[in-house]
Amino acid sequence: MRLLTHNMLVSNAKGVSEAEGYPLALEVTEHRREETEFDVETTRKTMETVKYDALRGAARAVAIDLPEVYDGDDADLLRKVHEALCDVHVIEGCLVCPKSGRRFPINNGIPNLLLHEDEL
Amino acid sequence: MAAQASAEDAKLDGWVPSLDHATFVDWNRVYEPSEDTFLLLDALFADRAALRASRAIVEIGPGSGVVATYLAKLTRNSVLAVDINEAACALTMRTAEANGARVDVMRGDLCGALRSYSVDALVFNPPYVPTDDEEVGGAGIEASWAGGRNGRRVLDRLLPHVARVLAPAGRFYVVCVAENDPASIVSYLRARGLTGETVLRRRARNEALSVLRFVRAAPS
Repeated sequence: MRLLTHNMLVSNAKGVSEAEGYPLALEVTEHRREETEFDVETTRKTMETVKYDALRGAARAVAIDLPEVYDGDDADLLRKVHEALCDVHVIEGCLVCPKSGRRFPINNGIPNLLLHEDEL
Repeated sequence: MAAQASAEDAKLDGWVPSLDHATFVDWNRVYEPSEDTFLLLDALFADRAALRASRAIVEIGPGSGVVATYLAKLTRNSVLAVDINEAACALTMRTAEANGARVDVMRGDLCGALRSYSVDALVFNPPYVPTDDEEVGGAGIEASWAGGRNGRRVLDRLLPHVARVLAPAGRFYVVCVAENDPASIVSYLRARGLTGETVLRRRARNEALSVLRFVRAAPS
């Protein structure tokens, strides 16, 4: 799971609204990096739909420090953002609903957001 | 550069990602690509310029992963594939890896775990075959094609989410057959601010297949 994916995910636990269930806390026990081509314009465009604060929180879990404020004119920052969004793969870990505490496991790189029948 | 780009496009036109890694064990649990899959690939190829401008691309119900893999290769971007079926999630991951495509896989139910306005391009080839409702959403292979009454049971659970998850410039592609009543899908989404049209149709055996494309209507 890339952090770009994490940025799109929200808790669907019962009784949790989108505002309450976003972002999911990220716990990482294993991750790897795979370098991909960096392009300033592409990254800037990608950031139009990305929630920066959520990305910043998730990046911290894989030891990437992003500054408090996003600046789309800062090429060095965009490179770091690109690394965080595209190059990091979480292999084993957990996503945690910030409201209910429901834990969604990540195994073999695949997060499981399915709820059990008794949770629906 | 243009010549190079069109040579690349020529390779993608009609190309189907390799499934050599899949065996009969997979096809007992996951839908094997068929005419509907290939029609969707053709529709996506035709729209490659717009798709290449999309950043967050999501496929719901990837099954074997051929469409998600194709999309990732077509757009040179990463794609998120969401499937409820564990075997489909695993096969989608293998298909992406075998073809060198950047696909993230998530196990989930349709768009329920995606936040609002997060998706630039949403793609869905639903279980569209009209069947008894009892056949919908089971644990077996029939869940990959059984659509219940009018073949709409699964699609109708997704439709309310489409306008919610699409980004302002987002687009939605869906495969359907005549029995699904495409005109009513278009009118349902029109009431939620999306404009739809048929971009491709093809008759395959007993199925009158089409691909519908939706974009947000310009504010009037």
